[in-house]
Amino acid sequence: MLGTGLLQGLAVTAKNLVGSFHDPERYVTMEYPEVKTKLPENYRNFPFLVHDDPKDPLGSLRCVACTICETECPPQCIYIVMDRDEKGKALKRPKVFDIDISVCMSCQICVEVCPFDAIKMDQHYEIAETNRFQGLLLSREQLSKSNAYYHQLHPTEAAAVDALLAEQKAKQAAAKAAKAAPAAKPPAPAAPAANPPPPPAPSAEAPKPPTPPAP
Amino acid sequence: MSLPGQLSVLFPLASGLGASSPLAAVLPASDSALERLPLTLRGLLTGWLPASWQWLANSLIAIVVLIVAFASLFALLTLAERKILGRVQNRPGPNRAPLPFLNLRTYGLAQPVADGVKMLTKEDIVPDGADRVLHFLAPIALLAFSILTLAVIPYGRLLVALDLDASVLFFFAAGAATELAVFMAGWASRNKYSLLAAMRALAQLISYELPLLLSVVPVVLMAGSLSTSVIVERQGEWWLGFLPRWYVFTPWGLAGFLVFFVASLAESNRSPFDLPEAESELIAGHLTEYSGFKYALFFMAEYFGMCALCGMAVTLFLGGWQAPLPFLSFIPSYLWFAGKLLALLGVFMWIRASFPRLRIDQLTRLAWKFLVPLALINLGTTAFWSLTADWAGLLQPLRWLIAAGLIAGPFLLLGRNLSKGLGPRTYRYAA
Amino acid sequence: MTSPAAPSSFPSGLPSSPGAHVRAVHDDFHGDLLEVSMGPHHPSTHGVFRMIVTLDGERIVRLKPVFGYLHRNHEKLGEQTTYLASMPYTDRLDYLNSMTNNWAYAIAVEKLAGQAVPERAEYVRVILAELTRLLNHTCLAGFLLQDTGCSGTPLMYAFREREKILDLFESLSGSRMMCNFQRFGGCRLDPTPEWLAAVRQLVDGYGRFLDEFEALISGNEIVMARTQGTGVLTPALAISAGVTGPMLRATGVDYDLRKVDGYGVYPRFEFRVPLGAHGDTYDRYMIRILEMRESIQILRQALRDLPAGPILDPKAKNRGFRPKPGEAYGRIEGPKGEIGFYLISDGSPNPFRYRVRPPSFVNLTILEDMCLGQTVADAVIILGSIDIVLGEVDR
Repeated sequence: MLGTGLLQGLAVTAKNLVGSFHDPERYVTMEYPEVKTKLPENYRNFPFLVHDDPKDPLGSLRCVACTICETECPPQCIYIVMDRDEKGKALKRPKVFDIDISVCMSCQICVEVCPFDAIKMDQHYEIAETNRFQGLLLSREQLSKSNAYYHQLHPTEAAAVDALLAEQKAKQAAAKAAKAAPAAKPPAPAAPAANPPPPPAPSAEAPKPPTPPAP
Repeated sequence: MSLPGQLSVLFPLASGLGASSPLAAVLPASDSALERLPLTLRGLLTGWLPASWQWLANSLIAIVVLIVAFASLFALLTLAERKILGRVQNRPGPNRAPLPFLNLRTYGLAQPVADGVKMLTKEDIVPDGADRVLHFLAPIALLAFSILTLAVIPYGRLLVALDLDASVLFFFAAGAATELAVFMAGWASRNKYSLLAAMRALAQLISYELPLLLSVVPVVLMAGSLSTSVIVERQGEWWLGFLPRWYVFTPWGLAGFLVFFVASLAESNRSPFDLPEAESELIAGHLTEYSGFKYALFFMAEYFGMCALCGMAVTLFLGGWQAPLPFLSFIPSYLWFAGKLLALLGVFMWIRASFPRLRIDQLTRLAWKFLVPLALINLGTTAFWSLTADWAGLLQPLRWLIAAGLIAGPFLLLGRNLSKGLGPRTYRYAA
Repeated sequence: MTSPAAPSSFPSGLPSSPGAHVRAVHDDFHGDLLEVSMGPHHPSTHGVFRMIVTLDGERIVRLKPVFGYLHRNHEKLGEQTTYLASMPYTDRLDYLNSMTNNWAYAIAVEKLAGQAVPERAEYVRVILAELTRLLNHTCLAGFLLQDTGCSGTPLMYAFREREKILDLFESLSGSRMMCNFQRFGGCRLDPTPEWLAAVRQLVDGYGRFLDEFEALISGNEIVMARTQGTGVLTPALAISAGVTGPMLRATGVDYDLRKVDGYGVYPRFEFRVPLGAHGDTYDRYMIRILEMRESIQILRQALRDLPAGPILDPKAKNRGFRPKPGEAYGRIEGPKGEIGFYLISDGSPNPFRYRVRPPSFVNLTILEDMCLGQTVADAVIILGSIDIVLGEVDR
């Protein structure tokens, strides 16, 4: 009969009208500035640089200015200049590390390709600037965030990264020790954890030892 | 004949709210003070004037009260519409505008104020090459005609601004002119979308005036009067002492009400018949080139027209200001009218939230092939109803049955014809 | 003045040359034709798309689609960057369906490099692709009904459900729409058991939403009047124009790459392919609704059978990736149709040739044929039923 479909539709809208007053399934709006959703741990926004020592945020950056991320970045929004001493010797730290977040597309490829776990994704999304050129060009001073901050954002991922770094450090120390005293004692398996934790979830690649950047 | 009496013939407005109204006799002596409150207030305001001036003062008061009341109702309705739409769509609707100078949100009640300020401060744009005079006149004409229609509706037992003998006729004459204003707006804007909207508005006007009028004829036939006050009076009796004798509770009245309701949706350019301003097709139709306060006037006129049509539906079919049950008569009549009006407006909004829009050819087909024949058949049914008024006893159910069959049969047949070839489909799956 | 032929009501079979239906613009008897430029700033063109329609009254006698406003050199960019760096760019093609775009590109590169994919990753890809299909078709139904003039209600219901899927994508991949999730040889991350439980919960509730949505719309007389018999597409025209996806199946042609190619692990799942009979707008809408119901079935099976194992092939290489010289075309059944990537490698880190086969673009080419003889109001919903995303059309 003509009109039954229309009445059915009216019933659905009436159900939703009434339901919006008592059923949270039918009232899904979150009033943003007052109420904020809990971000999932994997949420990514723009990159930041991890430093280990909160007292020296620029000196203790994990970044060694290898420019792998600069090469791999799809929209080419990273600009790195290696720091050098007077003689021109590379100091393995960035003198300039700029990310233009007006260009960055939050793809996380820099995080995936970084062999030093030095660059990670931030979750700060309330970014508004009055100056669209300088304001959105983040320098290494602005990008440098502590490891504790990283733990706060991505706890499981950060724990895995810390374990991995500790393991690598221990290995390096063991290798050095073995090199320094080759005859003293045979090299011991120097991993702190007997069972190394699984590789960090976000980086799809198996962690590699630091390699020189591809030309 | 005294001078005021002569004047009241010349200016019916004078007699409408005047103490010399013939309806004053209808008023029961035991009427509550609350019921008489509007008249008492008016008496306080104008009672000190000489009798020959009172009619002028009274009509001015009626005009001011009508405009102020409906302008504030318009403000509330815009908010209510957005709130209802929001709630239907699982969101809160506007709820942020704070009261001026206070940081109180009050569920968005200040939203109309914010909207008004925004509208007033916007730039008034007239397109280059537009017909500036018509472009300026269109919103004014639309609003003026919409307000005219409000004058003849009885808002309470004695509250009618203009108690004409042929007020129903006046209502539709003024109401039909609103589409002319839409056409003016569409033509004057020099915009192709507006022009298409104007063409649609005219087609809609021609199609829907007819069922609208035809659905009213049965009421006039049964009431025996074109005066809205008399029509409401006629619906004031009770069946078995407690059931209201509103026209909607008869077979012909129900059919007439439904036809009237659908046609008034189209007349007020409301969804699903909002073709002239189809926002997904014609951007905003005749409103495309309007901004600022002119746009607000259009909006206001749309809501005034909606209120007028709903008020007329209430008057003609839903018993006007009559209480639904005898023991509820202690509530003043104007409150009953307001309640019924708001309920109907709510249904308008509910429909807007639920339905998509028809196409122009389907719109006219619905009018000519469905509503007009149904209204004509309904006229015949009404004639039958009026001829069999003396049937009693066992004949009474038979009368109901015949009348209902006379409505339902054509409804089913016409409905089937209208939706021929349309229907839910079953689908096959690949092997 | 010669009396020109009246516009034919429906195009049948292959169209004659465009403009064959058009009478003279100035005609003393019939009145003038009106040319309206709908778009690029129009509420219903789904982005920056422009239709130049010539109207006889409200009937369309000629329609010229104009696009390219959103062109951003996607394919040339793909040739300038490494294989991996193109992956986030594919998110931006059809920004509703980044997961399937990723998958199609990953399949093309895996073919090029002969890369194997672990079984768990294949299942996860199917889960994500079917969630994407739900998301896309839900959005389409909402947009289409918005075009018919519903005051946002079906669209809001559609978005309510879409939000849930986007939340899942966000908690898995870190981004709601630009997921950048697939990698050559698997997926970027392994879904946690909690995530899978959330998917299961969503899938269980989705049928209820579809029932409610259909109660609101599918039986609605106005929707049926608007959509049934408008924008009819014949199977012959659809096939010769290369139309794919639900649009092709709505004409009654049984062509679903999930069945035809059987890529991934799709042959292991039990699902049916709904076919239309009329090829009109209503069929295109209903086919998508029915496909969503089938997607729910696939999701149930995939969640049930999801094996354990690695999510990414340990031998897979994303950085410094240089496939052997050669060419490959990878395609999948995206929600909008066949989405394919054609790649030629010359052994360098960048593809020598990178070409997208975008379903919305190919499906859009027959817009004029479907719209001729219909009204402006129909053109809007016909465009809506094609389901275009301008990011993919203009690339």
